[in-house]
Amino acid sequence: MSNPQQLRYSKEHEWLSAAEDGVSTVGITEHAANALGDIVFVQLPEVGDTVSAGETCGELESTKSVSDLYSPVSGEVTEVNEDVVNDPSLVNTAPFEGGWLFRVRVSEEPADLLTADEYTEFSGS
Amino acid sequence: MSSSPLRRTALDALHRSLGATMTDFAGWDMPLRYGSERDEHIAVRTGAGLFDLSHMGEITVTGPEAARLLDHALVGNIGSVGVGRARYTMICQADGGILDDLIVYRLGEREYMVVANASNAQVVLDALVERSAGFDAEVRDDRDAYALIAVQGPESPGILKSLTDADLDGLKYYAGLPGTVAGVPALIARTGYTGEDGFELFVAPEHAEKLWQALTEAGAPAGLVPCGLSCRDTLRLEAGMPLYGHELTTSLTPFDAGLGRVVKFEKEGDFVGRTALLEAAERAAQNPPRVLVGLVAEGRRVPRAGYAVVAGGEVIGEVTSGAPSPTLGRPIAMAYVDAAHSAPGTAGVAVDIRGSHEPYEVVALPFYKRRK
Repeated sequence: MSNPQQLRYSKEHEWLSAAEDGVSTVGITEHAANALGDIVFVQLPEVGDTVSAGETCGELESTKSVSDLYSPVSGEVTEVNEDVVNDPSLVNTAPFEGGWLFRVRVSEEPADLLTADEYTEFSGS
Repeated sequence: MSSSPLRRTALDALHRSLGATMTDFAGWDMPLRYGSERDEHIAVRTGAGLFDLSHMGEITVTGPEAARLLDHALVGNIGSVGVGRARYTMICQADGGILDDLIVYRLGEREYMVVANASNAQVVLDALVERSAGFDAEVRDDRDAYALIAVQGPESPGILKSLTDADLDGLKYYAGLPGTVAGVPALIARTGYTGEDGFELFVAPEHAEKLWQALTEAGAPAGLVPCGLSCRDTLRLEAGMPLYGHELTTSLTPFDAGLGRVVKFEKEGDFVGRTALLEAAERAAQNPPRVLVGLVAEGRRVPRAGYAVVAGGEVIGEVTSGAPSPTLGRPIAMAYVDAAHSAPGTAGVAVDIRGSHEPYEVVALPFYKRRK
Protein backbone atom coordinates (compact mmCIF):
# COMPACT_ATOMS: atom_id res chain seq x y z
CA MET A 1 0.00 0.00 0.00
CA SER A 2 1.12 3.57 -0.29
CA ASN A 3 0.18 6.62 1.70
CA PRO A 4 -0.81 9.53 -0.57
CA GLN A 5 1.90 12.19 -0.70
CA GLN A 6 -0.51 15.12 -0.59
CA LEU A 7 -1.90 14.12 2.83
CA ARG A 8 -0.48 14.58 6.29
CA TYR A 9 -0.77 12.05 9.08
CA SER A 10 -1.15 11.76 12.85
CA LYS A 11 0.49 9.13 15.04
CA GLU A 12 -3.04 7.93 15.85
CA HIS A 13 -3.27 6.87 12.18
CA GLU A 14 -5.60 9.61 10.93
CA TRP A 15 -4.95 11.46 7.68
CA LEU A 16 -5.64 15.10 6.95
CA SER A 17 -6.02 16.71 3.54
CA ALA A 18 -4.59 20.10 2.61
CA ALA A 19 -7.12 22.80 3.51
CA GLU A 20 -9.40 24.23 0.81
CA ASP A 21 -11.04 27.48 1.94
CA GLY A 22 -9.86 26.58 5.44
CA VAL A 23 -11.60 23.16 5.43
CA SER A 24 -9.71 19.84 5.60
CA THR A 25 -10.94 16.27 5.22
CA VAL A 26 -10.12 13.61 7.85
CA GLY A 27 -10.00 9.83 7.56
CA ILE A 28 -8.06 6.86 8.89
CA THR A 29 -5.14 5.33 7.05
CA GLU A 30 -5.12 2.07 5.16
CA HIS A 31 -2.66 0.76 7.74
CA ALA A 32 -5.19 1.46 10.50
CA ALA A 33 -8.11 0.03 8.51
CA ASN A 34 -6.17 -3.18 7.86
CA ALA A 35 -5.19 -3.47 11.51
CA LEU A 36 -8.81 -3.07 12.64
CA GLY A 37 -10.26 -5.61 10.21
CA ASP A 38 -13.80 -5.35 8.87
CA ILE A 39 -15.29 -2.13 10.22
CA VAL A 40 -18.97 -2.56 11.07
CA PHE A 41 -19.93 0.67 12.83
CA VAL A 42 -18.65 4.23 12.88
CA GLN A 43 -19.72 6.96 15.22
CA LEU A 44 -18.71 10.38 13.92
CA PRO A 45 -18.87 13.83 15.47
CA GLU A 46 -21.87 15.94 14.45
CA VAL A 47 -21.81 18.93 12.13
CA GLY A 48 -21.15 21.99 14.29
CA ASP A 49 -19.22 20.04 16.95
CA THR A 50 -15.88 21.43 18.03
CA VAL A 51 -13.08 18.86 17.87
CA SER A 52 -9.63 19.16 19.44
CA ALA A 53 -6.37 17.84 18.08
CA GLY A 54 -5.40 14.54 19.72
CA GLU A 55 -8.75 14.11 21.47
CA THR A 56 -11.40 11.49 20.78
CA CYS A 57 -14.30 12.54 18.60
CA GLY A 58 -15.92 9.23 17.69
CA GLU A 59 -15.40 5.51 17.50
CA LEU A 60 -14.82 2.75 15.01
CA GLU A 61 -16.04 -0.79 15.66
CA SER A 62 -14.66 -3.82 13.91
CA THR A 63 -15.52 -7.48 14.31
CA LYS A 64 -13.07 -7.93 17.13
CA SER A 65 -12.71 -4.53 18.78
CA VAL A 66 -13.81 -0.96 19.28
CA SER A 67 -11.34 1.89 18.80
CA ASP A 68 -11.51 5.58 19.52
CA LEU A 69 -11.36 8.03 16.65
CA TYR A 70 -9.03 10.97 17.28
CA SER A 71 -9.13 14.28 15.51
CA PRO A 72 -5.77 15.22 14.00
CA VAL A 73 -6.59 18.95 14.21
CA SER A 74 -8.73 21.40 16.18
CA GLY A 75 -11.71 23.11 14.61
CA GLU A 76 -15.41 22.93 13.81
CA VAL A 77 -16.95 19.98 11.97
CA THR A 78 -18.59 21.16 8.73
CA GLU A 79 -19.62 17.84 7.17
CA VAL A 80 -19.69 14.13 8.00
CA ASN A 81 -19.60 11.27 5.51
CA GLU A 82 -23.09 9.75 5.69
CA ASP A 83 -22.06 7.10 3.15
CA VAL A 84 -19.60 5.70 5.67
CA VAL A 85 -22.23 5.77 8.44
CA ASN A 86 -24.51 3.70 6.20
CA ASP A 87 -21.77 1.44 4.86
CA PRO A 88 -18.78 1.32 7.22
CA SER A 89 -16.97 -1.15 4.95
CA LEU A 90 -16.04 1.87 2.79
CA VAL A 91 -13.36 2.60 5.37
CA ASN A 92 -11.76 -0.75 4.53
CA THR A 93 -12.18 -0.61 0.78
CA ALA A 94 -11.29 3.06 0.17
CA PRO A 95 -9.76 4.57 3.32
CA PHE A 96 -8.18 7.51 1.48
CA GLU A 97 -11.15 8.22 -0.80
CA GLY A 98 -14.81 7.22 -0.37
CA GLY A 99 -14.06 6.14 3.19
CA TRP A 100 -13.26 9.65 4.45
CA LEU A 101 -14.90 10.42 7.81
CA PHE A 102 -15.52 14.14 8.36
CA ARG A 103 -14.53 17.64 7.25
CA VAL A 104 -13.36 20.27 9.66
CA ARG A 105 -12.80 24.07 9.52
CA VAL A 106 -9.31 24.10 11.00
CA SER A 107 -8.66 26.55 13.84
CA GLU A 108 -5.39 25.05 14.99
CA GLU A 109 -3.04 22.45 13.61
CA PRO A 110 -0.50 20.62 15.76
CA ALA A 111 3.11 21.02 14.69
CA ASP A 112 3.89 17.32 14.79
CA LEU A 113 1.78 16.00 11.89
CA LEU A 114 3.78 13.63 9.69
CA THR A 115 4.47 13.68 5.99
CA ALA A 116 3.57 10.60 3.94
CA ASP A 117 7.17 9.35 4.06
CA GLU A 118 7.44 9.95 7.80
CA TYR A 119 4.15 8.14 8.40
CA THR A 120 5.20 5.22 6.23
CA GLU A 121 8.32 4.85 8.36
CA PHE A 122 6.35 5.33 11.59
CA SER A 123 3.68 2.76 10.76
CA GLY A 124 5.97 0.35 8.94
CA SER A 125 3.60 0.25 5.98
CA MET B 1 0.38 -11.48 28.62
CA SER B 2 2.86 -14.26 28.99
CA SER B 3 6.45 -13.40 28.22
CA SER B 4 7.28 -16.89 26.95
CA PRO B 5 7.57 -17.16 23.17
CA LEU B 6 4.44 -18.05 21.26
CA ARG B 7 4.12 -21.60 19.97
CA ARG B 8 3.89 -21.99 16.23
CA THR B 9 1.98 -24.65 14.34
CA ALA B 10 3.41 -26.78 11.53
CA LEU B 11 1.62 -24.44 9.09
CA ASP B 12 3.17 -21.25 10.42
CA ALA B 13 5.30 -20.44 7.37
CA LEU B 14 2.35 -21.09 5.10
CA HIS B 15 0.11 -18.69 7.02
CA ARG B 16 2.73 -15.97 6.73
CA SER B 17 3.14 -16.56 3.00
CA LEU B 18 -0.65 -16.14 2.71
CA GLY B 19 -0.39 -12.75 4.43
CA ALA B 20 -2.31 -13.79 7.54
CA THR B 21 -2.79 -11.38 10.42
CA MET B 22 -1.57 -13.43 13.37
CA THR B 23 -2.76 -13.28 16.97
CA ASP B 24 -1.77 -14.69 20.34
CA PHE B 25 -4.36 -17.31 21.21
CA ALA B 26 -3.73 -19.31 24.39
CA GLY B 27 0.02 -19.02 23.90
CA TRP B 28 -0.10 -19.95 20.21
CA ASP B 29 0.63 -17.64 17.29
CA MET B 30 -2.49 -18.32 15.21
CA PRO B 31 -4.06 -16.83 12.07
CA LEU B 32 -6.72 -14.28 13.05
CA ARG B 33 -7.74 -13.63 9.45
CA TYR B 34 -6.19 -13.72 6.00
CA GLY B 35 -8.28 -10.99 4.39
CA SER B 36 -11.77 -9.89 5.34
CA GLU B 37 -13.10 -11.96 8.28
CA ARG B 38 -16.62 -11.30 7.02
CA ASP B 39 -15.79 -12.82 3.62
CA GLU B 40 -14.21 -15.82 5.36
CA HIS B 41 -17.35 -16.26 7.48
CA ILE B 42 -19.61 -16.14 4.42
CA ALA B 43 -17.38 -18.59 2.54
CA VAL B 44 -17.94 -21.17 5.31
CA ARG B 45 -21.72 -20.59 5.26
CA THR B 46 -21.99 -20.83 1.47
CA GLY B 47 -18.94 -22.75 0.19
CA ALA B 48 -16.06 -23.93 2.30
CA GLY B 49 -13.32 -22.69 4.61
CA LEU B 50 -9.98 -24.16 5.68
CA PHE B 51 -8.77 -23.75 9.25
CA ASP B 52 -5.54 -24.54 11.09
CA LEU B 53 -6.65 -25.74 14.53
CA SER B 54 -3.35 -27.31 15.55
CA HIS B 55 -3.47 -25.46 18.85
CA MET B 56 -6.17 -27.83 20.11
CA GLY B 57 -4.90 -30.27 22.75
CA GLU B 58 -5.00 -34.00 21.97
CA ILE B 59 -4.75 -36.47 24.84
CA THR B 60 -4.82 -40.21 24.21
CA VAL B 61 -6.26 -42.59 26.79
CA THR B 62 -5.58 -46.31 26.30
CA GLY B 63 -5.83 -49.54 28.24
CA PRO B 64 -8.30 -52.14 29.46
CA GLU B 65 -9.96 -49.59 31.76
CA ALA B 66 -9.77 -46.57 29.45
CA ALA B 67 -13.57 -46.36 29.26
CA ARG B 68 -13.98 -46.74 33.03
CA LEU B 69 -11.40 -44.02 33.66
CA LEU B 70 -13.15 -41.58 31.33
CA ASP B 71 -16.56 -42.39 32.81
CA HIS B 72 -15.08 -41.52 36.20
CA ALA B 73 -13.18 -38.42 35.05
CA LEU B 74 -15.77 -36.86 32.72
CA VAL B 75 -19.50 -36.15 33.11
CA GLY B 76 -20.60 -38.06 29.98
CA ASN B 77 -21.33 -41.73 29.39
CA ILE B 78 -18.12 -42.47 27.52
CA GLY B 79 -18.34 -46.26 27.80
CA SER B 80 -21.47 -46.13 25.64
CA VAL B 81 -19.71 -44.37 22.73
CA GLY B 82 -19.26 -46.85 19.89
CA VAL B 83 -15.89 -47.39 18.23
CA GLY B 84 -15.59 -44.80 15.46
CA ARG B 85 -17.99 -42.38 17.12
CA ALA B 86 -17.41 -39.15 19.04
CA ARG B 87 -19.14 -37.38 21.92
CA TYR B 88 -19.30 -33.77 23.11
CA THR B 89 -18.72 -33.79 26.87
CA MET B 90 -17.23 -31.88 29.79
CA ILE B 91 -14.74 -32.35 32.58
CA CYS B 92 -15.78 -30.82 35.89
CA GLN B 93 -14.26 -30.09 39.28
CA ALA B 94 -15.54 -31.89 42.38
CA ASP B 95 -17.70 -28.80 43.04
CA GLY B 96 -19.31 -29.16 39.60
CA GLY B 97 -17.46 -26.20 38.03
CA ILE B 98 -16.55 -26.72 34.38
CA LEU B 99 -12.83 -27.30 33.75
CA ASP B 100 -13.27 -27.64 29.99
CA ASP B 101 -15.60 -28.82 27.26
CA LEU B 102 -14.23 -31.66 25.18
CA ILE B 103 -14.78 -33.90 22.22
CA VAL B 104 -13.91 -37.54 22.93
CA TYR B 105 -13.32 -39.84 19.94
CA ARG B 106 -13.40 -43.59 20.49
CA LEU B 107 -10.65 -44.83 18.21
CA GLY B 108 -10.77 -48.46 19.38
CA GLU B 109 -12.24 -50.75 22.02
CA ARG B 110 -9.48 -49.62 24.40
CA GLU B 111 -8.38 -46.33 22.86
CA TYR B 112 -9.83 -42.83 23.07
CA MET B 113 -8.63 -39.42 21.96
CA VAL B 114 -9.72 -36.49 24.13
CA VAL B 115 -9.55 -33.09 22.42
CA ALA B 116 -9.31 -30.15 24.81
CA ASN B 117 -9.26 -26.40 24.25
CA ALA B 118 -5.75 -25.02 23.83
CA SER B 119 -6.16 -22.79 26.88
CA ASN B 120 -7.11 -25.76 29.07
CA ALA B 121 -5.09 -28.61 27.58
CA GLN B 122 -2.58 -28.74 30.45
CA VAL B 123 -5.33 -28.54 33.08
CA VAL B 124 -7.25 -31.37 31.40
CA LEU B 125 -4.10 -33.47 31.03
CA ASP B 126 -3.19 -32.98 34.69
CA ALA B 127 -6.73 -33.81 35.82
CA LEU B 128 -6.89 -36.95 33.70
CA VAL B 129 -3.51 -38.15 34.99
CA GLU B 130 -4.58 -37.50 38.57
CA ARG B 131 -7.96 -39.16 38.08
CA SER B 132 -6.35 -42.20 36.41
CA ALA B 133 -4.93 -43.42 39.74
CA GLY B 134 -6.18 -46.95 40.39
CA PHE B 135 -7.36 -47.51 36.82
CA ASP B 136 -5.60 -49.85 34.41
CA ALA B 137 -5.27 -47.12 31.77
CA GLU B 138 -2.60 -44.82 30.39
CA VAL B 139 -3.03 -41.08 29.77
CA ARG B 140 -0.67 -39.76 27.08
CA ASP B 141 0.06 -36.16 26.10
CA ASP B 142 -0.26 -36.19 22.29
CA ARG B 143 -0.40 -32.43 21.75
CA ASP B 144 2.74 -32.51 19.62
CA ALA B 145 1.72 -35.65 17.74
CA TYR B 146 -0.99 -33.96 15.68
CA ALA B 147 -1.65 -31.05 13.44
CA LEU B 148 -5.38 -30.40 13.03
CA ILE B 149 -6.86 -29.04 9.81
CA ALA B 150 -10.59 -28.42 9.50
CA VAL B 151 -12.51 -28.05 6.27
CA GLN B 152 -15.97 -26.66 7.00
CA GLY B 153 -18.95 -25.62 4.95
CA PRO B 154 -21.59 -27.11 2.62
CA GLU B 155 -19.01 -27.81 -0.10
CA SER B 156 -16.63 -29.63 2.25
CA PRO B 157 -17.90 -33.20 1.59
CA GLY B 158 -17.37 -32.82 -2.14
CA ILE B 159 -13.93 -31.32 -1.68
CA LEU B 160 -12.80 -34.06 0.71
CA LYS B 161 -14.27 -36.82 -1.47
CA SER B 162 -11.99 -35.76 -4.30
CA LEU B 163 -8.96 -36.45 -2.08
CA THR B 164 -9.88 -39.68 -0.29
CA ASP B 165 -11.32 -43.14 -0.82
CA ALA B 166 -12.73 -43.15 2.70
CA ASP B 167 -16.49 -43.70 2.95
CA LEU B 168 -17.55 -40.15 3.75
CA ASP B 169 -21.22 -40.85 3.00
CA GLY B 170 -21.14 -43.47 5.74
CA LEU B 171 -19.39 -41.09 8.13
CA LYS B 172 -22.07 -39.57 10.35
CA TYR B 173 -21.94 -36.31 12.27
CA TYR B 174 -19.82 -36.90 15.38
CA ALA B 175 -18.03 -39.91 13.94
CA GLY B 176 -14.40 -40.47 12.98
CA LEU B 177 -12.47 -43.02 10.97
CA PRO B 178 -8.85 -43.54 10.04
CA GLY B 179 -8.11 -43.04 6.36
CA THR B 180 -5.85 -41.47 3.79
CA VAL B 181 -6.39 -37.95 2.46
CA ALA B 182 -4.21 -36.66 -0.38
CA GLY B 183 -1.82 -39.54 0.31
CA VAL B 184 -1.52 -38.58 3.96
CA PRO B 185 -2.67 -40.81 6.85
CA ALA B 186 -5.38 -38.99 8.76
CA LEU B 187 -8.06 -39.44 11.36
CA ILE B 188 -11.10 -38.10 9.50
CA ALA B 189 -13.75 -36.76 11.87
CA ARG B 190 -17.09 -35.26 10.93
CA THR B 191 -17.04 -32.60 13.62
CA GLY B 192 -16.66 -28.85 13.78
CA TYR B 193 -17.40 -25.59 15.50
CA THR B 194 -19.05 -23.59 12.77
CA GLY B 195 -22.66 -24.79 12.57
CA GLU B 196 -21.98 -26.23 9.11
CA ASP B 197 -21.27 -29.71 7.83
CA GLY B 198 -17.55 -30.30 7.84
CA PHE B 199 -14.54 -32.36 8.77
CA GLU B 200 -11.61 -32.19 11.12
CA LEU B 201 -8.47 -33.98 9.97
CA PHE B 202 -5.89 -35.04 12.54
CA VAL B 203 -2.54 -35.68 10.86
CA ALA B 204 1.14 -35.88 11.74
CA PRO B 205 2.62 -32.34 11.77
CA GLU B 206 5.07 -33.21 8.98
CA HIS B 207 2.13 -33.93 6.67
CA ALA B 208 0.17 -30.79 7.48
CA GLU B 209 1.50 -28.60 4.67
CA LYS B 210 0.93 -31.21 2.00
CA LEU B 211 -2.65 -31.75 3.18
CA TRP B 212 -3.35 -28.00 3.40
CA GLN B 213 -2.08 -27.44 -0.14
CA ALA B 214 -4.09 -30.36 -1.52
CA LEU B 215 -7.28 -29.09 0.13
CA THR B 216 -6.59 -25.57 -1.12
CA GLU B 217 -6.28 -26.79 -4.70
CA ALA B 218 -9.19 -29.23 -4.54
CA GLY B 219 -11.41 -26.61 -2.90
CA ALA B 220 -10.62 -23.63 -5.09
CA PRO B 221 -13.37 -24.32 -7.67
CA ALA B 222 -15.91 -24.61 -4.81
CA GLY B 223 -14.87 -21.29 -3.30
CA LEU B 224 -12.78 -22.65 -0.41
CA VAL B 225 -10.69 -19.98 1.31
CA PRO B 226 -8.30 -20.07 4.28
CA CYS B 227 -10.07 -18.91 7.43
CA GLY B 228 -8.79 -17.46 10.68
CA LEU B 229 -9.92 -17.60 14.29
CA SER B 230 -11.89 -14.36 13.94
CA CYS B 231 -14.51 -15.93 11.68
CA ARG B 232 -14.38 -19.17 13.65
CA ASP B 233 -15.61 -17.12 16.61
CA THR B 234 -18.48 -15.45 14.71
CA LEU B 235 -19.43 -18.80 13.13
CA ARG B 236 -19.66 -20.58 16.48
CA LEU B 237 -21.48 -17.62 18.03
CA GLU B 238 -24.16 -17.66 15.32
CA ALA B 239 -24.47 -21.42 15.88
CA GLY B 240 -24.99 -20.80 19.62
CA MET B 241 -21.96 -22.86 20.58
CA PRO B 242 -20.27 -21.98 23.88
CA LEU B 243 -16.64 -20.93 24.14
CA TYR B 244 -14.64 -21.79 27.22
CA GLY B 245 -13.69 -18.66 29.17
CA HIS B 246 -16.83 -16.93 27.90
CA GLU B 247 -19.98 -19.05 28.34
CA LEU B 248 -18.17 -21.77 30.32
CA THR B 249 -15.99 -21.23 33.39
CA THR B 250 -15.06 -23.01 36.62
CA SER B 251 -17.67 -20.92 38.45
CA LEU B 252 -20.48 -22.40 36.34
CA THR B 253 -21.80 -25.97 36.16
CA PRO B 254 -23.05 -27.52 32.92
CA PHE B 255 -26.60 -26.94 34.25
CA ASP B 256 -25.96 -23.22 34.72
CA ALA B 257 -24.79 -23.08 31.09
CA GLY B 258 -27.95 -24.75 29.81
CA LEU B 259 -25.94 -27.84 28.92
CA GLY B 260 -27.09 -30.18 31.70
CA ARG B 261 -27.88 -32.79 29.06
CA VAL B 262 -24.16 -33.66 28.82
CA VAL B 263 -24.21 -34.89 32.45
CA LYS B 264 -25.20 -38.56 32.61
CA PHE B 265 -26.16 -39.47 36.18
CA GLU B 266 -27.49 -42.84 35.01
CA LYS B 267 -24.07 -44.13 33.95
CA GLU B 268 -22.35 -46.83 35.98
CA GLY B 269 -20.14 -45.85 38.89
CA ASP B 270 -19.31 -42.58 40.59
CA PHE B 271 -17.76 -39.66 38.70
CA VAL B 272 -15.98 -36.50 39.71
CA GLY B 273 -18.54 -33.79 40.50
CA ARG B 274 -21.56 -36.11 40.75
CA THR B 275 -22.85 -34.96 44.16
CA ALA B 276 -22.44 -31.26 43.39
CA LEU B 277 -23.98 -31.68 39.94
CA LEU B 278 -27.09 -33.38 41.37
CA GLU B 279 -27.64 -30.26 43.48
CA ALA B 280 -26.91 -28.01 40.50
CA ALA B 281 -29.47 -29.89 38.41
CA GLU B 282 -32.13 -29.38 41.07
CA ARG B 283 -31.29 -25.69 41.46
CA ALA B 284 -31.44 -25.13 37.70
CA ALA B 285 -34.84 -26.87 37.49
CA GLN B 286 -36.49 -25.13 40.45
CA ASN B 287 -34.81 -21.81 40.98
CA PRO B 288 -32.45 -21.06 38.12
CA PRO B 289 -29.99 -18.25 38.72
CA ARG B 290 -29.10 -16.66 35.42
CA VAL B 291 -29.97 -18.24 32.09
CA LEU B 292 -27.94 -18.19 28.87
CA VAL B 293 -29.87 -16.38 26.13
CA GLY B 294 -29.34 -14.91 22.71
CA LEU B 295 -29.57 -11.16 22.10
CA VAL B 296 -30.08 -9.51 18.72
CA ALA B 297 -29.41 -5.79 18.29
CA GLU B 298 -31.93 -3.33 17.00
CA GLY B 299 -29.07 -0.92 16.26
CA ARG B 300 -25.55 -1.39 14.96
CA ARG B 301 -23.34 -1.01 18.01
CA VAL B 302 -21.63 -4.23 18.97
CA PRO B 303 -21.88 -5.74 22.46
CA ARG B 304 -18.65 -7.16 23.86
CA ALA B 305 -17.90 -9.74 26.55
CA GLY B 306 -18.34 -8.21 30.00
CA TYR B 307 -20.87 -5.53 29.02
CA ALA B 308 -23.89 -5.26 31.36
CA VAL B 309 -27.38 -6.28 30.25
CA VAL B 310 -29.96 -3.90 31.70
CA ALA B 311 -33.75 -3.63 32.05
CA GLY B 312 -35.70 -0.92 33.84
CA GLY B 313 -32.47 0.74 34.91
CA GLU B 314 -31.25 -2.40 36.70
CA VAL B 315 -28.38 -4.66 35.72
CA ILE B 316 -29.98 -8.03 34.92
CA GLY B 317 -27.10 -9.84 33.27
CA GLU B 318 -23.80 -9.82 31.46
CA VAL B 319 -22.72 -10.38 27.87
CA THR B 320 -20.36 -13.35 27.47
CA SER B 321 -19.73 -13.13 23.70
CA GLY B 322 -20.75 -10.54 21.15
CA ALA B 323 -20.01 -9.76 17.52
CA PRO B 324 -21.50 -8.39 14.34
CA SER B 325 -23.29 -11.32 12.71
CA PRO B 326 -22.54 -11.54 8.99
CA THR B 327 -25.52 -13.85 8.45
CA LEU B 328 -28.10 -11.74 10.33
CA GLY B 329 -26.52 -8.43 9.33
CA ARG B 330 -26.85 -7.20 12.92
CA PRO B 331 -24.85 -7.47 16.12
CA ILE B 332 -25.62 -10.52 18.25
CA ALA B 333 -24.57 -11.68 21.68
CA MET B 334 -24.84 -14.49 24.15
CA ALA B 335 -25.50 -13.34 27.69
CA TYR B 336 -26.39 -14.70 31.11
CA VAL B 337 -29.52 -12.87 32.29
CA ASP B 338 -31.83 -13.20 35.31
CA ALA B 339 -34.44 -15.89 34.66
CA ALA B 340 -37.26 -13.31 34.82
CA HIS B 341 -35.89 -11.64 31.70
CA SER B 342 -34.82 -14.76 29.82
CA ALA B 343 -37.95 -15.63 27.81
CA PRO B 344 -37.64 -14.96 24.07
CA GLY B 345 -39.41 -11.70 23.26
CA THR B 346 -38.98 -10.20 26.74
CA ALA B 347 -39.46 -6.45 26.32
CA GLY B 348 -37.27 -3.64 27.55
CA VAL B 349 -33.90 -5.39 27.52
CA ALA B 350 -30.83 -3.36 26.57
CA VAL B 351 -27.05 -3.70 26.58
CA ASP B 352 -24.99 -0.98 28.20
CA ILE B 353 -22.55 -0.18 25.41
CA ARG B 354 -20.06 2.23 26.95
CA GLY B 355 -22.75 4.18 28.77
CA SER B 356 -25.45 4.08 26.12
CA HIS B 357 -28.35 1.62 26.62
CA GLU B 358 -28.87 0.01 23.23
CA PRO B 359 -32.12 -1.99 22.82
CA TYR B 360 -31.74 -5.72 22.26
CA GLU B 361 -34.23 -8.47 21.56
CA VAL B 362 -34.06 -11.66 23.65
CA VAL B 363 -34.11 -14.70 21.34
CA ALA B 364 -33.73 -18.46 21.68
CA LEU B 365 -30.36 -19.93 20.73
CA PRO B 366 -28.98 -20.67 18.20
CA PHE B 367 -29.10 -17.61 15.96
CA TYR B 368 -28.41 -19.75 12.92
CA LYS B 369 -29.26 -23.34 12.01
CA ARG B 370 -28.15 -24.85 8.73
CA ARG B 371 -30.67 -26.49 6.44
CA LYS B 372 -30.04 -30.25 6.43
